[in-house]
Amino acid sequence: MAVWVEIDLCDGCRRCKRECPYDAIEIKDGKAQIGDRCTCCGACLEVCHHKAIHTDIQPKTIPDFSEYKGIWVFAEQRGGNLTRVSVELLGKAQELAKQLNEEVSAVLVGHHVADLADTLIQFGADLVYLADGEIFGNYRSEPYSYVLDELIKAYKPSILLMGATHIGRDLAPRVSRRTGSGLTADCTELSIDREEGILLQTRPAFGGNVMATIANRFSRPQMATVRPGVMEVVPTPGKEGVVITHESKVTEDQVRTKILEFVKEESPHVDLSKAKIIVAGGRGVNDLEGFGLLHELASALGAEIAGTRVAVEAGWISAANQVGQTGVTVRPELYVACGVSGAIQHRAGMMDSRFIVAINKDPYAPIFKVADWGIVGDLFDVVPELTKGLKTSCEVMCD
Amino acid sequence: MNIVVLIKQVPGNSDVKLDPKTGNLIREGIDAIINPDDLQALETAITLKETLGAKVTVLTMGPPQAIDALSEAIGMGADGAILLSDRAFAGADTWATSFTLGKAIQRIGKFDLILAGRQAIDGDTAQVGPQVAEYLDLPQVTYVFDIETVENGYVRVKRRLEDGYERIQCSLPALLTIIGGPVKPRYPEVASLLSACHAKAPIQVWNAADIGVTTADVGMSGSFTQVVKTFAPKFERHGELLEGSAVEVVHNLIERLKQNKLI
Repeated sequence: MAVWVEIDLCDGCRRCKRECPYDAIEIKDGKAQIGDRCTCCGACLEVCHHKAIHTDIQPKTIPDFSEYKGIWVFAEQRGGNLTRVSVELLGKAQELAKQLNEEVSAVLVGHHVADLADTLIQFGADLVYLADGEIFGNYRSEPYSYVLDELIKAYKPSILLMGATHIGRDLAPRVSRRTGSGLTADCTELSIDREEGILLQTRPAFGGNVMATIANRFSRPQMATVRPGVMEVVPTPGKEGVVITHESKVTEDQVRTKILEFVKEESPHVDLSKAKIIVAGGRGVNDLEGFGLLHELASALGAEIAGTRVAVEAGWISAANQVGQTGVTVRPELYVACGVSGAIQHRAGMMDSRFIVAINKDPYAPIFKVADWGIVGDLFDVVPELTKGLKTSCEVMCD
Repeated sequence: MNIVVLIKQVPGNSDVKLDPKTGNLIREGIDAIINPDDLQALETAITLKETLGAKVTVLTMGPPQAIDALSEAIGMGADGAILLSDRAFAGADTWATSFTLGKAIQRIGKFDLILAGRQAIDGDTAQVGPQVAEYLDLPQVTYVFDIETVENGYVRVKRRLEDGYERIQCSLPALLTIIGGPVKPRYPEVASLLSACHAKAPIQVWNAADIGVTTADVGMSGSFTQVVKTFAPKFERHGELLEGSAVEVVHNLIERLKQNKLI
């Protein structure tokens, strides 16, 4: 790709030299010469009156990707247990596969993990690519990105999905760079564009204030990391699938990191993503005593406790119970937000709850925009009343 | 020891809005700051400089005003800074950004450690760090919140996972992405900050030709992903406001919860 001067047509007028933002043009013996600093920006082309400057730069065309087929899901596992997001992604992959008339594959990498293949098939995989070896025992960037690159080059998928977990957000960009494909992070929606047959990836930016829909037209596979807790699991019991074992060429001397130890942090927390009902508190709860009222309500509802970033910073709940952009995303049947203003960063984590109740003194609190039922009132009156009412109604029902 | 720190200047808060007419971001009236994770990376680098005697160079790709972020970094203790600024770099996705930064680092030449923040508060992708690492063929460790030691060609770090952390030994040169840790980033010293804003400050500005790239490889043209559209998130719920005394609203709410089989 180059830009050059047809010397015969040049009259040394210097217009191009003046126009070049990179000082890349010299006038020698009355003729313009384009040097090493040229970046092919094309500014000179436009100003030459004699059309003496030529280029072989073509407008970008979409390459032929007809060889690339299939929707792959990276099946993240730790210690022989599949992470929930892997299964969620298989659910979504089934939907995308139907629209494209292609197959769903899972990529399973680890040590002594072959028995997980069947689980992956029971949740939607038509094929499982298995890379099993000691080198894959615990996740490390290099061996995992190496083997994923080998698989991609060998089997050419059209789409590759990974959970936006700590591992996924380490692995996906490394793989995308290695294979030369575009990657979209932390998607909350995926769909197929009927006309172009490509994946449309929607994700939040600016802390969730703006949603962007992204397409990857010029590379394959179309890669995306997906936020955990957003897609739905779609079991396919009794499904039959094929396991393809892959022997990787990566060796330990190519890997430049060593895991010295794993330190588990014992925080007594619950997996909020599994909770059916959640009671959450924000700034309006005021103090730990106020949170006590929420705990009582949670008891009466059989709910888990959660909160906003404010609640974590104030020490009313642990970080593991934070719902929001930098916390967890939840989709319970019922979310009761008490004293939560509903800032965008918090809404990003609970917006997809099936039903939302909001209790807040401020009638203009943004939380009311996402609530099914809103109570403008003092939570210190409403919450104990609600707890009382639930206990009474339960007694009535249980008699 | 030579350390390169990658930083990004970002809007001061995430509360940006879309102009309802044009669909573009309204950037006026929003302060620019050094991205918080990058500030942590800078702090880490300068601490290493103090304990091991390293030279710290800060690199950023951005519009001309990003030079303020570099001055701040020098005020905190960085030895020198480079602003990668060129109209051709605009509109880059992480692929093009990591390529541009990678080329600049190759021009810098000598380095033992590259530090970057885990993710920026505007893009929220966390992709640039690992993509630069792969481009430069460096080992990477992400989500690092503590550097234990640097010695004998290795760095030993603590890496955050969802349920705990790993202690990892990584050979140098390497790239680490940093998250908030026990030590909060320092404020710049006034004297250093003032000299960093001076005309003779150790800040260079490089454009596309300086790092030997063509416009097709960078910016929007060099990107693999395209933004099809941006929009403000919509809310579909038409909330029902329950009114009355606490006893009344609670009664009505419980009715509705029962109706929907939630209790």
